[in-house]
Amino acid sequence: MLLYGTAIASRLMLGTAQYPSPAVLAEAFRRSAAGIATVSVRREAGGDRAGAAFWDLIRDLDVTLLPNTAGCHSVREAVTTAHMARELFDTPWIKLEVIGHADTLQPDPFGLVEAARILTDEGFKVFPYTTEDVVLADRLLQAGCEVLMPWGAPIGTGLGLTNIYGLRTLRAQFPDVPMVVDAGLGLPSQAAMAMELGYDAVLLNTAVAKAGDPATMAAGFARAVEAGRLAYEADPMEPRDMAAPSTPVIGRAFLT
Amino acid sequence: MTRATVIGAGVAGLCVATELVARGCAVTVFDPVLQPGPHHCSWWAGGMLAPFCEGETAEEPVVRLGQQAARWWERQGVGVTQRGTVVVALNRDRRELDRFARRIEGHTLLDGSALAALEPDLSGRFDRALHVTAEAHLDPRAALRHLRTRLERDGVTFIAEPGHADGLTFDCRGHAARDALPDLRGVKGEMVVLRAPDIRLTRPVRLLHPRFPLYVVPRADGHFMLGATQIESDDRRRRVRSVLELLSAAYALHPAFGEAELVEIGADARPAFPDNLPRIVRRGETIHVNGLFRHGFLLAPALARMATELAFDHSKPEFYYADHG
Repeated sequence: MLLYGTAIASRLMLGTAQYPSPAVLAEAFRRSAAGIATVSVRREAGGDRAGAAFWDLIRDLDVTLLPNTAGCHSVREAVTTAHMARELFDTPWIKLEVIGHADTLQPDPFGLVEAARILTDEGFKVFPYTTEDVVLADRLLQAGCEVLMPWGAPIGTGLGLTNIYGLRTLRAQFPDVPMVVDAGLGLPSQAAMAMELGYDAVLLNTAVAKAGDPATMAAGFARAVEAGRLAYEADPMEPRDMAAPSTPVIGRAFLT
Repeated sequence: MTRATVIGAGVAGLCVATELVARGCAVTVFDPVLQPGPHHCSWWAGGMLAPFCEGETAEEPVVRLGQQAARWWERQGVGVTQRGTVVVALNRDRRELDRFARRIEGHTLLDGSALAALEPDLSGRFDRALHVTAEAHLDPRAALRHLRTRLERDGVTFIAEPGHADGLTFDCRGHAARDALPDLRGVKGEMVVLRAPDIRLTRPVRLLHPRFPLYVVPRADGHFMLGATQIESDDRRRRVRSVLELLSAAYALHPAFGEAELVEIGADARPAFPDNLPRIVRRGETIHVNGLFRHGFLLAPALARMATELAFDHSKPEFYYADHG
């Protein structure tokens, strides 16, 4: 899988928030073999490097880091946070979140496009957290994004893929754009489904971090992601509805 | 008489000094600020002795060793209220309560009327709750002052200096010991103290929420401590967003908190190791007792006992890290 020209071996990405401890987090990464870790900057930074001790632990995971703008509610906040992230982690990659609704944490589509344009113009490699909306996806690509991160469901809900039709449409409309289902996954089966739909990867956090045994859940997700991807690559059979009546065969001269 | 030095007069240092005095040592305590106060992380603690609730996310030793805490504090003459903990969730988050119940021991399920009998002010607000019966709480500031006063009475010397190792030394500096313990990190916690004489709660109440969990600990004279954020940062500044979250959650727990007097907003960085468990690290004659994270009052008694056992009985305690510096 190529993301902005960088080959990433694993199709599972994990967030780094809400784990019982950094040690549990590290174990979850080990068991999942996740290739990318997202890390939030805004609240931890506190305007300086106050979160440095935690970030050092994340760096020790030896995975590719994708800083995010979680918690940003405006274009300006998101752009400022992206600048901070670039400096802190020495990477042009940024997972762009512009939150439009404080309760559901839905993306603000208008602010997202604006911030994406500003950041790509500045040389950032933007991973926008978006909805499954095809028109919005098109605008983000026009703004210079080369990867899209549509949600499965609102952040932290664990509801899975709430609009499969929409996700299928999005995938079909942009078959060559790397796309990662991000947010809303609660169970490995949901991750497998996203992969079966042809998504390139999934990103999750709460489902693992808030499980009773995060490391075991991470292992479960890793297998589901692999299973879903294999199914997609294997070109699955078309389901057949044997319950629908058709011409009975036995006892008929069907070869004539 | 064995001489011993303690560096740091927060909850860890005072508990260690108390155990040392009990063993008949001549103890000197160093701390740049002598009286318990805002300079100490434990000053900002909630004072919940809630090993079972903490077990939702904490590792097993926290639950096991934390159960000794209430008795230890009582033995020192500190006022401990043993009325358990009440756990509730708003209607929308009611499944959080099921999840919490699955993950902890020692609770009974309450319906609305049983909750109303325990805490009349929550009557009609929640139709289900958990009562974690064998938990307790104390006033952390009163507890720190009490230990401090008693240690002085027992002949302990307090010196207002950062201090240095001298013979048998217990380094209990918390986050300030990062120079010696590079694995240590700060986990920021913010808290609010309100005065709400209209609200009567007799035990800590935890309001579960997927994003903004809250606990409310009753204190004397209608005061309530609201806590606490948990942010991976050693920043100590008090943030508007955190206070908004705590106050909104308190308002959701009981709207009368909206009329409360805002008494205090505090923040500090809890000292923690990567597994969020405490450690006893021995380096020559210095024994570090650190990494109490959000479990200072819960675990300091057990850690103090272990650290003195290591020094005098040569027993290798749990959480022991040999000299690797």
